[in-house]
Amino acid sequence: MIIDWFTVVAQVINFLILVWLLKHFLYKPILQAIATREQRIAAELAEANSTKLAAQQQRDEFAQKNEAFDQARTEMMNKAMDEAKVERQRFIDTARMETATLRSQWQEALRNEHQNLNAEITHRTQDEVFAIARKVLGDLAGETLEARMVALFVQRLQQLDEEERAPLLSAFKATSSVALVRTAYPLSAEQHTVIEAAVNAIFGLTQRLQFEVVPTIVSGIELSANGQKLAWSITEYLGALEKSVGELLHEQLKTVPVANEKSNDEH
Amino acid sequence: MHLSPDEVVFWQYGFIKLNLTIVTTWVLMGVLVIGAKLVTRKIGMIGKHGVQVTRWQSLLEIVVGAIKQQIGEVGLRQPEKYMGFLGTLFLFVATASIFTIIPGYEPPTASLSTTAALAICVLVAVPLFGIRELGLGGYLKDYLQPTFIMLPFNIISELSRTLALAVRLFGNMMSGGMIIGILLTITPFLFPIAMSVLGLLTGMVQAYIFSILATVYIAAATGTHRAQHDVITSQTEA
Repeated sequence: MIIDWFTVVAQVINFLILVWLLKHFLYKPILQAIATREQRIAAELAEANSTKLAAQQQRDEFAQKNEAFDQARTEMMNKAMDEAKVERQRFIDTARMETATLRSQWQEALRNEHQNLNAEITHRTQDEVFAIARKVLGDLAGETLEARMVALFVQRLQQLDEEERAPLLSAFKATSSVALVRTAYPLSAEQHTVIEAAVNAIFGLTQRLQFEVVPTIVSGIELSANGQKLAWSITEYLGALEKSVGELLHEQLKTVPVANEKSNDEH
Repeated sequence: MHLSPDEVVFWQYGFIKLNLTIVTTWVLMGVLVIGAKLVTRKIGMIGKHGVQVTRWQSLLEIVVGAIKQQIGEVGLRQPEKYMGFLGTLFLFVATASIFTIIPGYEPPTASLSTTAALAICVLVAVPLFGIRELGLGGYLKDYLQPTFIMLPFNIISELSRTLALAVRLFGNMMSGGMIIGILLTITPFLFPIAMSVLGLLTGMVQAYIFSILATVYIAAATGTHRAQHDVITSQTEA
């Protein structure tokens, strides 16, 4: 077993050539490929990490926005509910006010209608009563009645107290106009004289009286001068009656709406 | 029957001759270089699913990665600097061993000339790497450790271990090939196949041992080993 030194040298050269070739064709490209891939993997990992971070950030942002949105929605909902409550209350108040207005208007209208109806009834009743009274008194009117009326008128003149007499007196004195005596039926000359004598005696006047026939005065006599008037007639009584009936009806009308309102409230 | 493939000479002109060892080495070199070129030419090509990595490339990446890792584990910093020498040492011996499965094949490592050549390469590479790493003074100072009296012993140690490296590889490779040859002549097929598998295994182990020993020598020469030893010593003293 000997060593062939030529072969040794050749093998050394061969080995060195192989080292160079493998270095060039194997180790360098393979190590470079590994390094490149590792770099790429590292870059991809870094990118994935940054993407993950970004995703995390976006998720946090989204969660934050979601929370803010929920909060805003709740606030808006609460606000809307409050506004709806206020608006509802306002509508209810408005409706109440309108109802109250309508009710008062309706009550007013009802009251007016009632009053009108009552007034109509009253007037008609009055008219009928007066018409009947006039008819009856007209039918009954005669010499005796006329004489009796004159007598009553004179009696009344005489019974005037100072308070009643003073304005009449001043009226008679102040005016230059003629004192007027109005009757429903024409009086006789004698009756004229009696009345003139009584007036002159009571008021101390010398002037003459003017007599006038007015059919609307139902069985009565009126003495008037310068706006002052002294009268006795059935019309006066009827006027007093009319006044008292009117007052009575007015009192009743006042009480009717209260009763109506009570009945409405109960409903 | 011949003991060494050196004995099979195809062509000779004076002392220049073309024997089986050299031819087989060229074939192996061709296979390694052409194979590497074929595999690495497609590196970086972009396929349908990004950068294309072929199976052969994956295999080579595994092999190269393992070599790099081994060099690093022995203790050499920056394994890329030693990859060319130590990786080629391993790949050449391993390939020479793998091809023993081909009947009639004689590995070039079964020649003492080849193993001597490889051992000489290691013998030269060790001081070269050491000088590159430590400088000439730093490397030579190593031979005077622990005292200058140790200089001849250190030199003898350097030479003898290189010789041992060469003989070990030669012995194992040659014996493997020779045993298969002998068994083929005296026994039927099964036993030589089993021995061939065993020879393959021992060949791979030898490739590993050869290259790892070279790595260790280089690590010792570059001071890495000493640095590690210093660290361990300081830790122990502490």
